[in-house]
Amino acid sequence: MRRRYLLGAGLAVMVAGMAHSAFAQSGEIKIGEINSYSLLPAFTEPYRKGWQLALEEVNAAGGINGKKLVVVSKDDSGKPADATTAANELVSSEKVVMLTGTFLSNIGLAVSDFANQKKVFFLAAEPLTDAITWSKGNRYTFRLRPSNYMQAAMLAEAAAKLPAKRWATVAPNYEYGQSAVAVFKKLMSEKRPDIQWVDEQWPPFGKLDAGPVVQAIAAANPEAILNVTFGADLVKFVREGNTRGLFKNRSVVSFLTGEPEYLDPLKEETPEGWIVTGYPWYDIKTPEHDKFIKAYQAKFNDYPRLGSIVGYQTIKAAAAILAKANSDDPEKLIAAAEGLSMPSPFGEITFRKIDHQSTLGAYVGKTAVKDGKGIMVNSVYRKGSDYLPSDAEVSKMRPKD
Amino acid sequence: MAFYFVQFLTGLASAASLFLVASGLSIIFGVTRIVNFAHGAFYMLGAYVAFTLTERFSGALGFWAGIVLASLVVAVVGVLVEMVLLRRIYHAPELFQLLATFGLTLMVQDLVVMIWGPNDLLGRRAPGFKGAVEFFGQNIPTYDLFLIALSPIVLGLLWLLFQRTRWGVLVRAATQDRDMVAALGVNQKWLFTSVFALGVFLAALGGALQIPRDAVHHALDLRIIVDVFVVVVIGGLGSIIGAFVAAVLVSELNAFGILIFPKISIILVFLVMAVVLIVRPWGLFGKQEAAARRTPGLTVNPWRPLTSGERLAAWAGLAVAAMLPLVGGNYALTVGSEIAIFVIFAASLHFLMSVGGLASFGHAAYFGLGAYGIAFLAKMAGLPMIVCLLLGPLLGCLGAAIFGFFAVQLSGVYFAMLTLAFAQIVWSVAFQWVAVTGGDNGILGLWPEKWAAGPASFYWLSIGVAALAVAALRIIVFSPFGYALRATRDSLLRSEAIGIDAKRIQWTAFVIAGSVAGIAGALFAYLKGSVFPDSLGISLSVDALVMVLLGGVETVSGAVIGAIVYKMLSIWLVSQTDLSKLVLGGVIVLIVVAFPKGIVGMFETLRNRRRPELPKPALLKSRIEGAE
Repeated sequence: MRRRYLLGAGLAVMVAGMAHSAFAQSGEIKIGEINSYSLLPAFTEPYRKGWQLALEEVNAAGGINGKKLVVVSKDDSGKPADATTAANELVSSEKVVMLTGTFLSNIGLAVSDFANQKKVFFLAAEPLTDAITWSKGNRYTFRLRPSNYMQAAMLAEAAAKLPAKRWATVAPNYEYGQSAVAVFKKLMSEKRPDIQWVDEQWPPFGKLDAGPVVQAIAAANPEAILNVTFGADLVKFVREGNTRGLFKNRSVVSFLTGEPEYLDPLKEETPEGWIVTGYPWYDIKTPEHDKFIKAYQAKFNDYPRLGSIVGYQTIKAAAAILAKANSDDPEKLIAAAEGLSMPSPFGEITFRKIDHQSTLGAYVGKTAVKDGKGIMVNSVYRKGSDYLPSDAEVSKMRPKD
Repeated sequence: MAFYFVQFLTGLASAASLFLVASGLSIIFGVTRIVNFAHGAFYMLGAYVAFTLTERFSGALGFWAGIVLASLVVAVVGVLVEMVLLRRIYHAPELFQLLATFGLTLMVQDLVVMIWGPNDLLGRRAPGFKGAVEFFGQNIPTYDLFLIALSPIVLGLLWLLFQRTRWGVLVRAATQDRDMVAALGVNQKWLFTSVFALGVFLAALGGALQIPRDAVHHALDLRIIVDVFVVVVIGGLGSIIGAFVAAVLVSELNAFGILIFPKISIILVFLVMAVVLIVRPWGLFGKQEAAARRTPGLTVNPWRPLTSGERLAAWAGLAVAAMLPLVGGNYALTVGSEIAIFVIFAASLHFLMSVGGLASFGHAAYFGLGAYGIAFLAKMAGLPMIVCLLLGPLLGCLGAAIFGFFAVQLSGVYFAMLTLAFAQIVWSVAFQWVAVTGGDNGILGLWPEKWAAGPASFYWLSIGVAALAVAALRIIVFSPFGYALRATRDSLLRSEAIGIDAKRIQWTAFVIAGSVAGIAGALFAYLKGSVFPDSLGISLSVDALVMVLLGGVETVSGAVIGAIVYKMLSIWLVSQTDLSKLVLGGVIVLIVVAFPKGIVGMFETLRNRRRPELPKPALLKSRIEGAE
C-alpha cells in the first residue's frame, strides 16, 4: 500500500531535522516517488501497480541489506512547479534518500534540475526527452526508459527497409513530437538519401482536429506516414484515417502505438500493419518476463501495461542501486549506479556511465487485429544499447559535470 | 479543386460540434450572465453518459435514443446544479458564479475517472453513418455530412424557439435587459432554470455526438471550454447566429490554415478573437451592453484605510509570519514563500478587478513575463540576482503596457476575453520559440544566489516583497489616482463628465497590476529554479481569479486571504491525495454557498451588521449619499 504520513497539524509538524538521517538511524529506507497520477491516470495507474509489486518483492526478499524499503509517493498534478514542490517535500520533510518517477518530459527536467541543485539522486522513470541525459544532463540524474532517440533509431531501422520514398509526418506540437520527428528524419535521411519529406502536420497536443489533418496529409499523397500522436489524439487520427482511407496502400511507422495503454482503446479500429514500438505482453516468452507477469496477474488480477514494467523496474533499479551503495550519500549512490547491471523483465539492463541512460530496450513489431482487439505481431526485442550514438557523440552533447 | 471543396466540408463538420456547445453557452450567458466554466464538464458528461447508454442499447434505434437520452440526463443534472447551487448566488458580485462552476468542473474531472475508469473509451460508430462517400477521388465521411446538416437544423430550431414562442420572447428580453423583465413580473427563477437546462442539453448533445469519432476521456472538458468561450465572444455574446458564424469562421480558418502553417492550430482561435475584438469590440454580431443600472456604491461596504488598531494587527500578523523560520523546516518555508508569491500575484489581479472593475482572464501573462524576464537576464545576460529582480518584472510591465492599451478599450467580458487572447498569444510564443525560450522544456538552472539561497532568507525576501506590494497597492487605492479609478469603475459616464480621462486611468491601473504580477513571477522563477510556459497558462490565470473571488472582490485586500487559503489548501491536498481536484472543488463549492461575498467580504458584512452603531466618519457618510 501507498504510505501516507498524515500531517496532523499541518505545517507545525514539519520541523527541521538532520538531512539524510533516515538511513543511519532507523530500520527503513525511504525513497520518494513523483508522478502525474491525477492528470494521466491511464498511464500512471498500471505504473503504480508495477512499483507496488516491485516494492513487495524487494521487502519479501529481505529489503535493502536488511532494512525495509519504503516508497513515499506524491502527485505532481501535471505541472513542473508542483513537481518541484513535491520533490522539496520529499527531500526536506520526508528525508528520502533518492527521488524517482515522473512522466512528462518537462516535469522530468524540472525535477532533474532540482536534484542537481540540491544534490539528490534522481532516477527518472518515464520522461522520453533526449535532453534529460544529453543536452541538459547532470550527474545526479539517471533515466530508465529508452529515450526518444533510441525509439526513433529502432523505428528508422525498420522504416529504411520500406520501399517508400515520399514521407509525411504527423506529431503533437510540443517538444516530444518535435524531437521525435527531427531524430527520425535525420536518421532516415542518413540511411536513405533518396527520401523526400512531402508534408508535416503539427496538431496541438490533445486537440487534434482529425478531419482537416487527415485530409491535408492525403492531399500530399505520401507513400508512407510517420505518426507520433498518442492517446486520444491517436484514436481520432486512426478513426478519421480509417473512414477516409488514408492508410490504404500506405506504410505507417508509429511511435509508442504498440503499448497497451494506447493500442487497447483502438479496439476493432486498430489499423493493420503499422510498424510500431510497444509492449506485446501476450507474446513475450522469456523466463524473466514469465515470472513478472505471473506475479503481476496474481496480485492485481489484470494484465500489465508498459507503465507496469516501467514502475516495476524503477523500484527494482532503485533497490539494486541502494543495495550496492549501502549508503545514503548521493555521491556513493551515483558511483554505485554508474555501470550497474541488473535483471529486468526484458532481460539484463545496464545504467551507462557515460550518460546515465539505461539500456532497457523496446519491442518493435506490426499491429494486427485479433478478436476485435489490437495486438502486436512479429515483435522483436531491440536492446537499447544497440541504438545509442557513439560515445564521442554523446560526450559532445552532454555538459561536463 | 475537389480537395479544397472537401477540406471546406471537413471544416464545416468541425464547426458543427463547436457550434452546438457554443450555442448553449451563449444562451446561458446571454440570460443569466453566468460565465459558465462548467460548460465543458457538461459536454464531457454528455459524451460519457452517451457512451454508457449506446453500449447498453443495441441497434440503430438504441444508438440514437442513447444520444438523446444522454443529453436529457445531463440536462437534468444541469437543472439540479442550477437550482441547488447557482440560484443561491445570483445576487453575489459579478463573476462569483464563475467560482462555483470552476469548483464543479474540478469535481467532475475526478468523478468521471472514478465512475468510468482512467482508460480512454472508444464509442460505437453511428449506425448508418459508418463509411464515406467518394467525391472526385476524395473521401467524405457520411457522419461529417450528418453533422454539417445537423447544425443549421439546430440553428433553425433555436431561431424558431426564440422568435415564435412566448418563452423565446422572454429569453430575448432578458438577454437585452433582465432587470426590466424582472420588473415586469416575469418569474425569473424558472426562466433562468429553463435556459440553463437548454444550454446544458446542447452542450451534452455536442459531447454525445462526438463519440463516433473521438475517444471519451477525462480531459475532454478542458479541451473544449476555452475554444467555445472564444467562439461565443467572436460571435457576440448572446447571439446564436454569431456563434454559428464564428464556429464556421474558426473551423475553416483552421482547416485551410494548417495547409500553409501546420503549427497554426495552437493559437489560431486566439488570434482570430484578438483581431475581431480590436476591430469590433462586441464581437461580430454582438451589441453594446446596456449600462448596468445597479449603483455599485450601495452593494459595497464602504472602503476606508485601516484604523490604527487594524494597522497594528497587520504588523503583528507580518511579525508572526516572519517568525516561521524559528519553527518550520525547509519544506514549510518553501511553501510559505510560494504562498507569499501568490499573495502578490492575487493582490495585483485584485487591484485590477475590485478597484478598477476590470476582470482579467489572462493575468498569468504578466506573471509569466516577469519569470521569463528573469530567465533571460540571468541566463543570457548573466546579471546578478538583485539586478534581475529589479529589471525582470519590467518585461511584465512592458507586456501590460502594450496589451493593456488595447484591452482597456473594451469592457466587461469582452475585456476579459481579450486579455485571455493576449495571454494565450504570449504563451504560444513561449511554447513555440524553442530557440529562445526552450519551448515546453523551459529554461532551467535559475537558482537564487547565496544570500537568498537558504529557505529562510528566501522566505523573508518573499514575505517582505509581498508586504511591500500589498501596502503599496493599498496606498494607491486611497490615493487620488485610486479614487479616480474607482470612479471609472462605478460610472464611466459620470467620471468622464467630471473630467477624468477614463481610458488613461484604466490603462495605468493595468500597467500597475501587470508590473506587480511581474514581480511575483520573478520571485517564482527563483523559487522553482526554472521557468516553463505553464507560468503563462490559462490554469494559472484561473487560479488567480479563484483567489480573488475567494477572498472577496468587494473588499480592499481580500485577495491576500484568498491566496493564502487557496494555495495552502491546494498544496496540502495535492500532497495528500490523488483526488485533490474532487476535494478542492467540493471545498470551493461549499465556500461559495457559505460565503457568497468571499471569505473576507463575509467577515466584513458580519462585522458591519454586528456593530451598526459604529460611529462613521462624516466624510464616509457623505460618500455613501453621493453614491446614491
